[in-house]
Amino acid sequence: MIKSKSLNLEQQKYKNFAQQREPKRPVVTNCIKAFIVGGSICAFGQLIQYFYINNFGYTEKNAGDPTAATLIIISVLLTGLGVYDTIAQWAGAGTAVPITGFANTISSAAIEHRSEGYVLGVGGNMFKVAGPVIVFGTFSAFAVAVIKMLINYLGGM
Amino acid sequence: MEKIIWAFIVGGSICVIGQIMMDVFKLTPAHTMSTLVVVGAILGGLGLYEPLVKFAGAGATVPISSFGNSLLKGALEELNEHGAIGVLIGIFKLTSAGISSAIIFGFIASLIFKPKG
Amino acid sequence: MVKGNQSFIFQSKPVIISSATVGGPLEGEGPLGEDIDILYDDPYMGQDSFEKAEKLMLEQAATKALEKAGVSKYDVGLFISGDLINQIISSSFAARTIGIPYLGIYGACSSSMEGLSIAACFVDGQKVRYVLTGASSHNNSAEKQYRYPNEYGAQKPPTSQWTVTGAGVCLLASQGNGPKVTAATIGRIVDMGLTDPFNMGAAMAPAAVDTIEAHFRDLGIEPDYYDLIVTGDLGAVGHKIALDRLKENGTNLSEKTFMDCGMMIYDREKQPQVFAGGSGCASSAVTIYGHLLKRMKSGQLKKLLAVATGALHSPLSYQQKESIPCIAHAVAIEM
Repeated sequence: MIKSKSLNLEQQKYKNFAQQREPKRPVVTNCIKAFIVGGSICAFGQLIQYFYINNFGYTEKNAGDPTAATLIIISVLLTGLGVYDTIAQWAGAGTAVPITGFANTISSAAIEHRSEGYVLGVGGNMFKVAGPVIVFGTFSAFAVAVIKMLINYLGGM
Repeated sequence: MEKIIWAFIVGGSICVIGQIMMDVFKLTPAHTMSTLVVVGAILGGLGLYEPLVKFAGAGATVPISSFGNSLLKGALEELNEHGAIGVLIGIFKLTSAGISSAIIFGFIASLIFKPKG
Repeated sequence: MVKGNQSFIFQSKPVIISSATVGGPLEGEGPLGEDIDILYDDPYMGQDSFEKAEKLMLEQAATKALEKAGVSKYDVGLFISGDLINQIISSSFAARTIGIPYLGIYGACSSSMEGLSIAACFVDGQKVRYVLTGASSHNNSAEKQYRYPNEYGAQKPPTSQWTVTGAGVCLLASQGNGPKVTAATIGRIVDMGLTDPFNMGAAMAPAAVDTIEAHFRDLGIEPDYYDLIVTGDLGAVGHKIALDRLKENGTNLSEKTFMDCGMMIYDREKQPQVFAGGSGCASSAVTIYGHLLKRMKSGQLKKLLAVATGALHSPLSYQQKESIPCIAHAVAIEM
């Protein structure tokens, strides 16, 4: 978002002029779609989890790993077949927020850049979109863990 | 069965939060996902994410926010076992399955598929 | 001859003796599909990357235009072309194949009319006998460079536009039969401080308005001089804004006399994936060199003002939080 104070008067006037003539994003509809699709993916994940618990002797605690792997395989397949982006246009955050979206960012970048070769293209670009999630996830987990450690050390909580 | 419904509702709601961040606050998908991961780690630190996982199951573990929580959980587990260095050892302990499979299957996909356009 | 501050009149009236267009799958299904010379169902067009496919389209459009006019490439003194890919590789690589002396230009989506106005200057100044000029864009290569990987699931807002897959080339000569290039107005950069790359129409509309007004002012003519004024790729959003802004400044145009190539090339009801309409160099190149020149030759249109609009930002400038500088070049074509 642009800060309004960086715009001069004419620019600010134009921004308002243009905004009145732009179609608005259908926020409510998008949210409902995101809820339905995102909820379904999670409910499906829960089903897979039960499947692994009941048939392969996983426990509630470690069934998350095969579940994540299964969802990722499905997502990568749909990405490769060119379907995931079409579903995502409809579902918005519903397909972006679940782990399937994470797999989509990695696999779409990998597939996209194969024309530049496997080392520099696929290897070099795989984390182009997913990188920030890993970087900020790792750093924030590190920071929170250090804070917890300090609190424990100081005899806090 | 009940848990499946809760997974649907909680997972769906987290997605709605993501949708609002993209549509109302005009964040790019990368900014949205990064924010959710950081929020997940912070909620984990406050001890709020695990109860949500117990309650909603996959509704809390499938969304990307769980990634932040798992990174933290792994770090804290090793911290208790190995002391300070455990933070570095443990960060990827629990998320390994997700990251490894995304890399491995993503790479395999690049061997098989071309972008359809 | 100089006219006003930013316009010139071509007294020798260079002639567009032939033109040719190439299009992709969505362009073929669109309302102008019949006016496109070569159509492909496959975005790869038999090549192994989108970038190579784009180069192929430009090559084929150039070859076809020469073939239609019956002019040997050895007689053509200059090839002027532009596209959207980094370092304009589509144009340069097509020029490598064609082998005509080459000037590469970059005006983003305004490249088509930038090329035509430069070409007209060369012919009018009697520097060359024939000039070939064109522009190309490819939806998938543009997505890859400017936005996200093609298979990445990011939701597009309703203001976003669809880069046209295609290429359009025309052959300009000092004499012959065909529509004549009579005047051109070179645009100034207009930056209204907008930053949203998914709303290019709104960013570019003021540039189009600025150039159109400059054209009338410089040439001392009224808007009703032209049968049709087309903008390159404002899309539905930018078109509405430009129309209202022109009206506010006292230039009254209607939806019939003021149109947009990006809205003409697709049927937005049957092809909802294009959202506000087409964009890219090929939006104006394919629509003007294919559809509109054909209408001029058949006598349906006599006087056309073609205004190609361009957004001169890059993914890097966007990430550094710069706003989007925009430009528009106008070329008057008369039968």
